[in-house]
Amino acid sequence: MSSNVITVSVGQTEAKPWVDELHQWLATVDHKRLGILYIVSALMFLVIGGVEALIIRIQLMHSHNNFVSPEVFNRMFTMHGTTMIFFVAMPVLFGFANYLVPLMIGARDMAFPRLNAFSFWLSFLGALLLYFSFLGGSGLYGAGNAPDVGWWSYAPLGARAFSPGHSSDYWTLSLLVSGFGSIGTAINIIATILCLRCPGMKLNRMPLFAWLNLVMAGMVLIAITPLSAAQIMLLIDRYLGGHFFDTQAGGSAVLWMHFFWIFGHPEVYVLIIPCFAFMSEIIPVFSRKPIFGYPVMVAATVCIAFVSMSVWAHHMFTIGMNSYANSFFTLTTMAVGVPTGIKIFNWIGTMWGGRIQFKTPMLFSIGFLFQFLIAGLTGIMMAASPFDWQLSLSYFVVAHFHYVIVGGILFALFAAFYYWYPKMTGRMLSESLGKWHFWLFLIGFHLTFDVMHVPGILGMPRRIYTYEPSRGWDTLNFIISVGAFIQALAILVFIANLIVSYFKGATAGNDPWDAWTLEWSISSPPPAYNFAMVPTVASRRPLWDLKHPEDPDSRYE
Amino acid sequence: MARNSGMKNGRKEMSARRTRSVLSRCWQIVLPPFCSTSALWAVGTDGTPNNGTNIFSPASTPAKSIADLSIFVLVITGIIFVVVFALLFYSVVKFRGRAIDAGREPAQVYGSTQIELAWTIIPTLIVVVLFLATARVIHAVQDAPEPPDAVEVTVIGHQYWWEFRYPKLGIVTANELHIPVSNPRHPTPTFVQLLSADTDHSFWVPELAGKTDLIPNHPNRMWVDPQRTGVFLGQCAQYCGTQHAKMLLRISVDGPEDFASWVRAQQKPEVEDAGAIAGKRVFERNACMNCHSVGGTPADGRFGPDLTHLISRTTIAAGAAENTRDNLRLWIQNPSAIKPSSLMPSMKLSDADLDAVVSYMETLH
Repeated sequence: MSSNVITVSVGQTEAKPWVDELHQWLATVDHKRLGILYIVSALMFLVIGGVEALIIRIQLMHSHNNFVSPEVFNRMFTMHGTTMIFFVAMPVLFGFANYLVPLMIGARDMAFPRLNAFSFWLSFLGALLLYFSFLGGSGLYGAGNAPDVGWWSYAPLGARAFSPGHSSDYWTLSLLVSGFGSIGTAINIIATILCLRCPGMKLNRMPLFAWLNLVMAGMVLIAITPLSAAQIMLLIDRYLGGHFFDTQAGGSAVLWMHFFWIFGHPEVYVLIIPCFAFMSEIIPVFSRKPIFGYPVMVAATVCIAFVSMSVWAHHMFTIGMNSYANSFFTLTTMAVGVPTGIKIFNWIGTMWGGRIQFKTPMLFSIGFLFQFLIAGLTGIMMAASPFDWQLSLSYFVVAHFHYVIVGGILFALFAAFYYWYPKMTGRMLSESLGKWHFWLFLIGFHLTFDVMHVPGILGMPRRIYTYEPSRGWDTLNFIISVGAFIQALAILVFIANLIVSYFKGATAGNDPWDAWTLEWSISSPPPAYNFAMVPTVASRRPLWDLKHPEDPDSRYE
Repeated sequence: MARNSGMKNGRKEMSARRTRSVLSRCWQIVLPPFCSTSALWAVGTDGTPNNGTNIFSPASTPAKSIADLSIFVLVITGIIFVVVFALLFYSVVKFRGRAIDAGREPAQVYGSTQIELAWTIIPTLIVVVLFLATARVIHAVQDAPEPPDAVEVTVIGHQYWWEFRYPKLGIVTANELHIPVSNPRHPTPTFVQLLSADTDHSFWVPELAGKTDLIPNHPNRMWVDPQRTGVFLGQCAQYCGTQHAKMLLRISVDGPEDFASWVRAQQKPEVEDAGAIAGKRVFERNACMNCHSVGGTPADGRFGPDLTHLISRTTIAAGAAENTRDNLRLWIQNPSAIKPSSLMPSMKLSDADLDAVVSYMETLH
């Protein structure tokens, strides 16, 4: 069905001038090119969002600092949060899913290539809309008005009375538009995995990567829709005289919180589950063992998906829910810890008895395991709602979710970059630059986010542009800011590595890591048509079977 | 019924105290960095503000039950961390690839039902324990009944300042809350109703209680029973707009006599001072009185803080500046110099009017 849509092939592009090349990138419906577009645009926004973070950290370096005005500071944390979640984390993960899912299940392309391109351009348009607010937020003449309502834009702060001009509208439209893009991609991933698996690849033989992305896509469908609905209601409030969230006219601020967090919490899992997918591919290969407890890993993922749909109000422990609601959300939130714990144990079980090779992807994976463990445990602390009455909205919570998003998701992403870059480009990333990147980032990360827990315990709320010198938060904040700059330096090393290796990296060959999934059976980068012959698989590790005909997995499954 | 629950609470209290002493010992071993911070800042000397705040130096029952639960949770999560980290560290060191093994694959193990069952069941049991311990504290803090003689305060969050109203005592003030110390033998807790005039805010004084949000159309309730006198600091914890950072809170916990005399002083209306008539005229002629109240005068605005006893407060602009003549003058002349984007407008007064109105302010004891 999909094969006749694609006209781009490697052979045709070589001799053409750069305009044609550009045109082919812009008009592509090839899942690999779209995957790379997702990844490159996400990297661009990673740098922008990172610069916003640095502005925040310079301002907070010491008390009563005047590096930026309060308004600019508030815009920076709003843009930083929105950018990193919606225009870095989600697109980059969709990019990897787009690139890898068809290759891993032996498919020619995604199920709906045009929808795939449409989804990418929608989310890219969303990002442009958000950043256009810098110009259009106050109607062009008073340039410089990005939204300053925080990335969750709590009602009634997002109402016209408190957010005049158009900055909030750009924020709303941006999330609405990119949300439709996400829904399109989710439908595509589900359809691809359910319909386009190669012969022999039963559901219980799919690589965990495909399984986890299937679960993630299902969660996107459920989680993004309430967010989109809420954005539409907000637009109705702001322009059509609605009163959903307009508290001055009897609307409900709490309703917005429910809508936002029933998106917001599953969203965390939408981001972390693809990272679990990276780990479930990378850790086995560098431990030289199959994943420990494949069925349990699948079950735990599905379990996380279900339970995580019923934990959203743990973001709202301070809003004055009654004691039964607080107890319920405490229980469900703690319960997520069980399947998540199973995953960590199973990854350790995979390493146990293996022969671990400390290549850069594995270093980042071990970093992920360590940090995700701590992030999970601070999560348990905040699941205990009374403890959360103290920690919520403080720097402790900022430290916690950055532990998840940077220590967990970003470390897993870096592992994925080092692992699959050779497949995508045909070149290896430099191991020595990779180790510099890893150690610098590790040091910077821990300097920033370990220390950041402490001001939270000492009463420092988040989202304040300055603080009193007498509160004793100066030294801690200075250390946190220094760590941020070390992380920025590490990111520069990473980007240098991506660029330099693209031109000068060692040739990768088909299978540089001696791995076991189908994408490593074809050339790097893969041809437009992916597989010259449709592969047939007999086990979860088709390339293991191929390399070890005397002892194939298919014998045990 | 009440007796029974009282007895049950008493028993609970005793066992809780036992656990607490054991736990606090664990706590000192497990987390020395936090202990040292609490030792540094825990001293709340009477009268002088205790500038540091720390959720682990509680001075009131809700904060204390939270801190005790927190230590319990920290110890359990600490143990989990040590165990899992040890496993991770051991497997990384022990199973690292060696040169000798080059080219050979390790034994291919696919899983183990017993082991996986074990690491499903044990965490489940831990969750049950943690949940029960937490649910008890949730109930104890949230569902505490209000005794009839409790002090009642209504806190109203405004964009970047706090309004405090004592409905039983007929007092209205701002930004600096006075409440009585609670004697364990004769508890005088303060029950706080939380409202908002505009956006969401959050009332957070870490050493007295956890935070509770102030949400328009959604009244909330919390309570504190401070066990020692002193000044406790806090601030708005829920992002509420541009000056969220300078929406500070000072809670003065007074001894019974101090509190009674503070109440008497606050209940008095403005005492007209003949020397400040000129300033009073400036205040009433300009828009000041549209937003501010001064008890006993025509000024009855409610948009800004009540100024009847302005000089009894130690800070102005919700803690952004000390309450001195110079700061007052600057604040009235150009509020943005102290708090950019605050909703107080610059009144563009002449120097003479400015001095007169500041002199009037200074009579508002």
